[in-house]
Amino acid sequence: MQKLFSFKNGIILVAVLAFYAVIQFTISQDIMPPFVTLNLMLICVYVIMAVSLNLINGFTGQFSIGHAGFMSVGAFMSAIITAKLAPKIIPYIPLHDPKPVLLLLGLIFGALVAGIAGFLIGLPTLRLRGDYLAIATLGFGEIVRIVFLNSDYLGSAAGLTLPRIATWPWFFFVTVISVALIHNFVRSTHGRACISVRENEIAAEAMGVNTTRYKVLAFSIGAFFAGAAGALYANYMYIIQPSTFGFLKSFDILVMVVLGGMGSITGSVVGAVVMTSISALLADYPQWRLVITAILLVAMMLFRPKGLLGNKEFSLNFLGRKDGRNGDA
Amino acid sequence: MDAMEMLKTEKLSKAFGGLKAVADVDIHLDKGELVGLIGPNGAGKTTIFNLLTSVYEPSEGKIVFQDKSIAGLKPYQVTQRGMARTFQNIRLFADLTVSDNVKIAYHQHASYGVFSALLRLPGYYKGEREFEQNALELLKIFKLDHKRNEIAKNLPYGEQRRLEIARALAAKPKLLLLDEPAAGMNPQETKELMELIGWIRKEFDLTILLIEHDMSLVMGVCERIYVLDYGLVIAAGNPAEIKSNPKVIEAYLGEEVH
Amino acid sequence: MQVFIQQVINGLSVGSIYALIALGYTMVYGIVKLINFAHGDVLMVGAYVGFFATTNLGMSFLPALILSMVVCALLGVLIERIAYKPLRSHPRITALITAIGVSLFLEYGGMLVVGPQIQTYPSVFPDTIYNLGGVTFKIGDIAMISTAVILMVLLQFIVHYTKTGKAMRAVSFDYQAAMLMGINVNNTISATFAIGSALAAAAGVLIGVYYNSIDPLMGIIPGLKAFVAAVLGGIGIIPGAMVGGLFLGIVESFVSWAGYSTWRDAVAFAILIIVLIVKPAGLFGKNIREKV
Repeated sequence: MQKLFSFKNGIILVAVLAFYAVIQFTISQDIMPPFVTLNLMLICVYVIMAVSLNLINGFTGQFSIGHAGFMSVGAFMSAIITAKLAPKIIPYIPLHDPKPVLLLLGLIFGALVAGIAGFLIGLPTLRLRGDYLAIATLGFGEIVRIVFLNSDYLGSAAGLTLPRIATWPWFFFVTVISVALIHNFVRSTHGRACISVRENEIAAEAMGVNTTRYKVLAFSIGAFFAGAAGALYANYMYIIQPSTFGFLKSFDILVMVVLGGMGSITGSVVGAVVMTSISALLADYPQWRLVITAILLVAMMLFRPKGLLGNKEFSLNFLGRKDGRNGDA
Repeated sequence: MDAMEMLKTEKLSKAFGGLKAVADVDIHLDKGELVGLIGPNGAGKTTIFNLLTSVYEPSEGKIVFQDKSIAGLKPYQVTQRGMARTFQNIRLFADLTVSDNVKIAYHQHASYGVFSALLRLPGYYKGEREFEQNALELLKIFKLDHKRNEIAKNLPYGEQRRLEIARALAAKPKLLLLDEPAAGMNPQETKELMELIGWIRKEFDLTILLIEHDMSLVMGVCERIYVLDYGLVIAAGNPAEIKSNPKVIEAYLGEEVH
Repeated sequence: MQVFIQQVINGLSVGSIYALIALGYTMVYGIVKLINFAHGDVLMVGAYVGFFATTNLGMSFLPALILSMVVCALLGVLIERIAYKPLRSHPRITALITAIGVSLFLEYGGMLVVGPQIQTYPSVFPDTIYNLGGVTFKIGDIAMISTAVILMVLLQFIVHYTKTGKAMRAVSFDYQAAMLMGINVNNTISATFAIGSALAAAAGVLIGVYYNSIDPLMGIIPGLKAFVAAVLGGIGIIPGAMVGGLFLGIVESFVSWAGYSTWRDAVAFAILIIVLIVKPAGLFGKNIREKV
């Protein structure tokens, strides 16, 4: 039976905290090169993006290629709190340092609006199947970009400048919490309902699963976390522009998910880490980066269409009991 | 309304383009009955199942299930009202484990919500334990418990058919619709399956509507039989009556005679 | 009224380009049920071939156009054989992801070859502006619309009166049955990619001529717009793509004229989403549902 305080969960907790502490120490002591720090933050952002997209594409079997649109919504909405409205909000925060509260508010607001956007766009479009849905989400992402591009309040094409108030602990713990929540969702009856939609929509419906509800739910939850990722990103990068979140960004995230394996959370984490690292290494050769991405994508589809991990999870099961694939991993 | 009545159709019709797949079909099932629906290939049997489960919308006529019309319901709502089915062409969740296939059908009876799931509140653990136990009990009945962690598509054909029935039962139906459950099985498997169907009917207090292509098979288990040909009910009655009905013999003569 | 006609003419110019591209999308979708994301990038390659043919080889418009169409026809076949053909039996999403990969490869691989900068297209037509009762147009407009019209007529001829065209329609109608009837499905699919890509190449050259500038990412937006046009007309339906393209061109022309040119792309995508939701089979399509 599943337990909360198992040996395995203990090991995971210790490993996660140890990783956090080492990075936090090196950053606080100025040992970590800023370039590496930046990319660690980006890895966190893309882990959230990839895992949340996987919920939609991998687990629920829908096909969204407009995920960056939700990131964009999260980024700009959080910027409204942390940049535009900050002077009005700060007097109400009875703390010596109001920044964490401000960031938290921005994060929640960004994620919520993105989640609502996901709900609103998902409700009508998720009736569409496969490639039609893909195109509709792509269109949505582009509409978001154009709306922000035309918004004077949000700085139009020049974008918005923000304070850098998101720090490593924020990035790290928001990422860990996001991944944990999505994992918990997927390994529940509600997650199984989503997976049943992917496996066979007609059978799922015949077994009493409200497929529309679960498609929209997965889409909204995915959008919510993409919004959170966007909010983190915005509050670290000093400046956000609508063009940052075009469909090329959506494709990048799609590549991470596909590379890691549709339907594998750990796969998405690996995909995000690998692809962000490749981008970092090829930062001076952006065209090569995309050519390599493209070749990886095509080669992956031709030779290993299920991705590195397929829908399996890289797990620590050898530490505890043996378990089925879709059990509590 | 008869309190004993489980399902009734009135002038149920479905046309695809100009073709009437099902025409003016009136059938009724009392509580606890095991009724067969037979007919040659293309007679409209599966179309009737699709109408009953709201996969198709009737062109005309109505369906009354447990004294309520199901018009306008989505398939999952029909299932939630207590009607579950299997499919002629097996539709398992092929890449999931045997146990997950069954758990998904239990989903509608889930005792915990999305927030409990996200935050793993105590309700989640309690609910999952129930799922686990219920699934195991059900799989035991179908002799699939030792295979609960296997991937459904790796099961032998006969076991996939059994798993489909187990999964349908997990939805806790009052009325079970079985679409050619014995298709592709050998005579021994078929015999065991028919005994199993008879047994679960009593055990789960079910009403069962069974589609079969093979007439001899239905004769053994069903109390009443409807015979369908070209979308029309051409005969109805108990097995003995059906066997001697000239219309039925004629309908089957063009085809294989069993 | 003059303004109205002016906008219609502008719209038809752009729309005829969309229509040319949309035809490729629609033909490929009709036959292999794949949204060929790389289609817009084939257009870009076509534009560059035309560019080098006119500037480096000194060709005039028509030879350059034909050369570009031939090169892209080969490119289209090559892409299909390498990237899509092995995936025919896989889920459609797999091929769609591959198409995205091919698209990125052409865009950024192209950038490595020709550089990311914008190239100025040589003007092949005199820039004289004609004025007909207040409505202005250039030779380029006429050349563009007429090239598009000629190609579309040619396509109709190929599809309806040649053996290849009949095979294409047969495969698109029923893949399995066509195969059983002895139609060489592989060659037919290759022919479809060749024709679609050649049309995209023509559109690429025309875009270069019309806007005087090309760059490695130029294919993305026209590609997406053309897809919208194809969906609008009912994807898989050839006349639908033509009508959809022209309609979209005219709508965009009026949106720009009304002073909302920055919203132009958003309008196209909004149309797309609305069409997908209200009538996913497009204006000329029939809805089909999965057999249970």
